[in-house]
Amino acid sequence: MTIQEIQDTIVDEFSMFDDWMQRYEYIIDLGKALPLIDEQYKTEDNIIKGCQSKVWVHAEQNEDKIVFTADSDAILTKGIIAILIRAFSNQKAADILEANTDFIDEIGLKEHLSPTRANGLVSMIKQIKMYALAYNAKN
Amino acid sequence: MLDINKIRADFPILSQQIYCKPLIYFDNGATSQKPKVVIDAITKYYEQLNANIHRGVHKLSQDATDAYEVSRGKIQNHINAKFPYEVIFTSGTTHSINAVANGFASILKTGDEVLVSALEHHSNIVPWQMLCEKTGAVLKVIPMNEAGELILSDYDNLLSNKTKIVTVNHISNALGTINPIEYMIKKAHEVGAAVLIDGAQATPHLKPDVQALDCDFYVFSGHKICGPTGVGILYGKEEWLRKLPPYQGGGEMIATVSFEKTTYADLPHKFEAGTPNIEGGIVLGTAIDYMNEIGFDNIASYEQELLEYGTKKLLEIEGLKIYGTAKEKASVISFNIDDIHPYDIGTIIDKLGIAVRTGHHCAQPIMDFFSIPGTIRASFAFYNTKEEIDIFVEAVKKAKMMLT
Repeated sequence: MTIQEIQDTIVDEFSMFDDWMQRYEYIIDLGKALPLIDEQYKTEDNIIKGCQSKVWVHAEQNEDKIVFTADSDAILTKGIIAILIRAFSNQKAADILEANTDFIDEIGLKEHLSPTRANGLVSMIKQIKMYALAYNAKN
Repeated sequence: MLDINKIRADFPILSQQIYCKPLIYFDNGATSQKPKVVIDAITKYYEQLNANIHRGVHKLSQDATDAYEVSRGKIQNHINAKFPYEVIFTSGTTHSINAVANGFASILKTGDEVLVSALEHHSNIVPWQMLCEKTGAVLKVIPMNEAGELILSDYDNLLSNKTKIVTVNHISNALGTINPIEYMIKKAHEVGAAVLIDGAQATPHLKPDVQALDCDFYVFSGHKICGPTGVGILYGKEEWLRKLPPYQGGGEMIATVSFEKTTYADLPHKFEAGTPNIEGGIVLGTAIDYMNEIGFDNIASYEQELLEYGTKKLLEIEGLKIYGTAKEKASVISFNIDDIHPYDIGTIIDKLGIAVRTGHHCAQPIMDFFSIPGTIRASFAFYNTKEEIDIFVEAVKKAKMMLT
């Protein structure tokens, strides 16, 4: 699936929820679901320090695609990371660079990506784009 | 006794809805809300009084200058400073601390010592670190115990004739501890050290008497005591303010300027370079009048009631731990539940209309001491109620349920 198709699917999924509590409960479940990053990559180098919560991001190349893994110490942040990883991981660098994050607004989580939120998510997206930029330049 | 309904009606913002829920504002440690008299005074200043001060010959400038100086006098009375010129207008606590720390650069030598407490806000750590880097002085830390109280025996041992300045907050922003500053000031003076008291978190709850305390500097912010943002106070004893060089150069702080030599203006202008926050300075006087009308004794006893009630109710939640259990404590409750991240709880109760602070509260060393990423901090003001605490506690329970 393309990034756009994945994002559309996510928006569809979220349209089932009536209110913020259901959305949050779903995100919390996503956050709890899996370790999103190999423990060995939870290093100081991979950490993005927000004032509120920490985020770790790790990138690997898989043929012509980039695979992202990430984690956070806050469960809501981790849940949103799960959504972002689903949309951006295992995609081509050029596609990642082109993609936007408007779907986050559509699923009612816009405020979590506000630069003032200091939860590490904004920096995480920046980091994802930076990796994509670097891979793109390299190849 | 406070008439809470009447007081709440003074604050327009408190009748707001957030996400269709009545706002419960428990982030008073970060900034206080503003009563109508303060908001009106800001408007009145710009509608009727706006002119630059201390330099115009015209009537409006004279009136604005008078209002600014009247406000200085109010603040002098409020903190019981000996002279009005010991009250310096700054942009806030951080600015005040930096002005003093910068001034000490001309006094400190290699090997001198600066004592800060383990309970400080970053604003009362970093300027002193910068000072030490500049001068070769050594920064030493007064440790605290598990309750969040400073260990005074260690403090006594740290003091020596090398100690040049001790800097400590009156009340801790992260934990609410009220520090025994009378004792600390006395002990510091015995070794000839100056003392700066960071009163940012204390001035919303009490009325400091700088002469009785005998502190050398006392600093605080306007926005935490119902005043506007961008204005604060540096109180300094006259002898110290004369000794310290000015912090910033510019207009207003000079007596004469030539390219060969500039002589500085007398106090307080020596420390007030440039056009100040005139509106802020004037309206800070209005805010202080407002709080004095309510009465700091009334405020303190009511807030203690809220603190006791909130503490009792929160502790009924299983797995909840309060950080900061000092015997002497202001109306601040910092807590976590089990190993739930404070950000998660803060985010969920925000959706329920409740404003609290989460994170490290600009006091990372305290969080490191407890090995936690941060806390949820509820800080109560005199316009908060027990009913609000009840709703807050229910919201925290709901968040806990969602997150476990």
